[in-house]
Amino acid sequence: MNRDYINLGVKEISELDPKEQKGVYNFYLKRIKEYNSKLNCFVSVNEDTDNFGIPVAVKDNINVKGMKTTCASKILKGYYSPYDATVVKKLRKHNFTILGKTNLDEFAMGSSTEFSVFGPTKNPWDIERMTGGSSGGSAAAVASGMAPFALGSDTGGSVRQPASLCGVVGFKPTYGLVSRYGLVAFSSSMDQIGPITRSVDDAFEIFKLISSKDLLDSTTVKIDRGYPELIDGLDLGDYSFCVPEEFMNAPHLEDGIKKDFLEIVENLKNKGASVEFVSIPLIDYVVATYYLIAPGEASSNLSRYDGIKYGNRHRGKDVSEIINVSRDKGFGSEVKRRILLGTFTLSAGYYEAYYNRALKVRRKLTQEIANILEKYDYIINPTSPVVAPKLGEIRDPLTYYLMDLYTITANLTGSPAISIPITNKSRLPVGLHIMGKRFTDISLLEVARAFEKISPAYNNGKCSLKGEWSE
Amino acid sequence: MYKTKIGLEIHAQLSTKTKAFCSCPADVFELEPNTAICPVCTGQPGALPVLNEKVVEYALKAALALNCEINLRSSFDRKNYFYPDLPKGYQITQYFTPIAENGYIIIDHDNKKKIRIRRIHIEEDAGKLIYQGSSSISGASTSLVDLNRCGVPLIEIVTEPDIESPSTARKFIEILRDILRYLEICSGDMEKGALRCDANISIFSDDGKNTSNVVEVKNMNSFKFVEKALEFEKNRISSVLSEGKNIPHETRTWNFSTKTTISMRSKEEENDYRYFPEPDLLPLVIEKPFVEELKKHLPELPWEKEKRFIKEYGLPEYDASVLSKERALADFFEAVVKKTDKPKETSNWIMTEYLREIKELNKDIEGLAFGPDHFKELFDLMDSGKISQKIAKDVFSKSLRSGKMPSKIVKEKGLEQINDEEVIEKTLREAMKENEKAVRQYREGKKGVLGYFIGAVMKKTKGKANPELVNEIARRLLESEEE
Repeated sequence: MNRDYINLGVKEISELDPKEQKGVYNFYLKRIKEYNSKLNCFVSVNEDTDNFGIPVAVKDNINVKGMKTTCASKILKGYYSPYDATVVKKLRKHNFTILGKTNLDEFAMGSSTEFSVFGPTKNPWDIERMTGGSSGGSAAAVASGMAPFALGSDTGGSVRQPASLCGVVGFKPTYGLVSRYGLVAFSSSMDQIGPITRSVDDAFEIFKLISSKDLLDSTTVKIDRGYPELIDGLDLGDYSFCVPEEFMNAPHLEDGIKKDFLEIVENLKNKGASVEFVSIPLIDYVVATYYLIAPGEASSNLSRYDGIKYGNRHRGKDVSEIINVSRDKGFGSEVKRRILLGTFTLSAGYYEAYYNRALKVRRKLTQEIANILEKYDYIINPTSPVVAPKLGEIRDPLTYYLMDLYTITANLTGSPAISIPITNKSRLPVGLHIMGKRFTDISLLEVARAFEKISPAYNNGKCSLKGEWSE
Repeated sequence: MYKTKIGLEIHAQLSTKTKAFCSCPADVFELEPNTAICPVCTGQPGALPVLNEKVVEYALKAALALNCEINLRSSFDRKNYFYPDLPKGYQITQYFTPIAENGYIIIDHDNKKKIRIRRIHIEEDAGKLIYQGSSSISGASTSLVDLNRCGVPLIEIVTEPDIESPSTARKFIEILRDILRYLEICSGDMEKGALRCDANISIFSDDGKNTSNVVEVKNMNSFKFVEKALEFEKNRISSVLSEGKNIPHETRTWNFSTKTTISMRSKEEENDYRYFPEPDLLPLVIEKPFVEELKKHLPELPWEKEKRFIKEYGLPEYDASVLSKERALADFFEAVVKKTDKPKETSNWIMTEYLREIKELNKDIEGLAFGPDHFKELFDLMDSGKISQKIAKDVFSKSLRSGKMPSKIVKEKGLEQINDEEVIEKTLREAMKENEKAVRQYREGKKGVLGYFIGAVMKKTKGKANPELVNEIARRLLESEEE
């Protein structure tokens, strides 16, 4: 086993000769065999392949032709995807090979990766703790060196939050820059695929490859100019940052995280950057708005799982019983909760009061955030109010929903946002969240890279792995 | 006295090459089950719809022809319900803002009778269930699903309740079918389900004191059944109303074997469709110049053509209306007139001989080798006296079936008309000799016998004798040799 393999980035692996690439691929396969039983990151592994390209792990709600797509749900039992998602097609075209499919909260609904039919994924920094979610399998796979990079999907923070809790980089691009074709829909107007990596450079390399206008996804947007190389050596002192007061005053924000974050703020100020604490009153409504829109869309998106065409079908005396029983037995409790919530908010008589009003708040918030990002270059805050909780520690769904406060604004407004780790490897990871204007993804990545340089979480340009995984 | 109020909801399948939101073929009527499907139209996890621009173009054509206002920005929305033939669990439709609103069709140009169109919207068709052991899903031992039809583009045309009788309802939908065919956007074939009609009917008394609930009638899959089913409903509702009772607000289905309607469900049992904007598609934005362009190239519509035929060719109203009913027929008529320059004669031939033959052969105009040039030759042969009208019909039939030119047929079969007076006289004398009794009768004043001799000569000459000459000579011979 070649120990150097574990620190190779996208560019470096792509420049290896095929024989060595095969070595890299097998290196990761071997690590999965060794460690997956401890952490439960992968739900399927691509061992019988003739291609040994650049290995990448893919969240199991993204379709890979010929492989199972489970969405960590019983209802898709036995489903093999007949087609490749656009992102998968693009990665394959650039000599990537899908290493395996990673665990998630059922249908990406959750922020702990505990709501999975395969059981929870464990946090590489403390296996008694959760990874965050819903892309917990992808984040933990990267954080434990079982995959060099991974794809996740982010509807309310599902890439950034587990990246934060696992001490790696998680990037959610601007809505419309990465095709959703082949990503199993949760909330279509907010879902976005993004990379989970150990450096902003790798996030950029993967983003470059998967981002494009896609004829198969009408919500994708064409970007006029291509993607230049990231500018190196930016001075953070040249930028202005906004910190929403509502985030800092949230009652569930842990003191330790607040302290870590304020240290970054001090550091920025010392460099000459302008950092202002600004009140954005609409932020008090983002969780409510999100939990009206996302379950509404989800209730409709999940209607296709009826046991008729594919997946698990249960017996019934007539067709409606077949559908009802198949869904009742197929979906887990969190998914059901959201389907019920969404069915209610879309129903006649409540649509105006709930769903449509949430759409109005969303438009207003989008305008408000646009105004703020005219005045400031970036909005920064902690990615999560808490470090990784213990598995099973949180029982009340509302507590979970409130944990999303720091990430969902980016989804509601379609903005690009990234989480990078900011604590040294002796402690549980804490993430810094940076959000920018829509379609300024490249500038955001450049600034994130400048933050990496001042973060104690990095070693040689890569997020540090916890000792036991780094050898 | 009771009056009737009917509003129609008509689904028309658009004859685009591909489906509304994927690239599967849209013409699936004769395909093997589940052979025109893909991840998108079968609702595979993660698949997304992409709007077919032709669908928008076709819907706009319909909207313009039906005098609608076009919404330059319209929405796509989801209509949610569970059914095995609906793989996504929702139908993509246009609920909040349709592509077009506020139109009308004039169904009687004399008294300007208008039926208003409330809206036209784009949506996708569902699949088909095949029941085993029962005619409906309840009671079937097994049901099979054919998803070929999923995603076939439809427009739904909703009228205001302006229709006052079942026969007018039928007339409306027939006119609508003609228009859709003219626009070449829908085959209009009700039996094949390319055009489907649901109706809302209510009955009210003259004085307005008594009004029935509205009943929705479905499954009327022919023009005749639309009229029959509504006639049945009208009578059923009137008789309940005249007993001082009311009928339930419900949906009923037409059963064509019993010729009655049967209750399907009460309106209270109806689904809450939980409409909301389709997040996978952008709002539909139409550029005004695009609409203008379509408007400019909109074909002449049936009633416009009818008017022009009367004015330009001096055709009687009846001829003009028959010939303008179908675009292909109207075009054919005009192409023939261009050659023959005889509108009325052309019209006669097309309306009688031509349409009859086509019907017998079960072919359409495009499927025949017989064209305007054939007609022109046929007319020339008649005009020059080479063949009689009667022979012409025979030649026409042969030419139409074989595609051979009429002159060739006349030559091959020796059908040229006999104009030789000597030949005709000789034949006539033969006939007179064979039936001296008839000769006597004529000479005794029974002039009607003339027809017998003409017939006899035609028979002997196999119809080739010039009938005018036969008539003239017969008259002369029978009268001049009168003693």
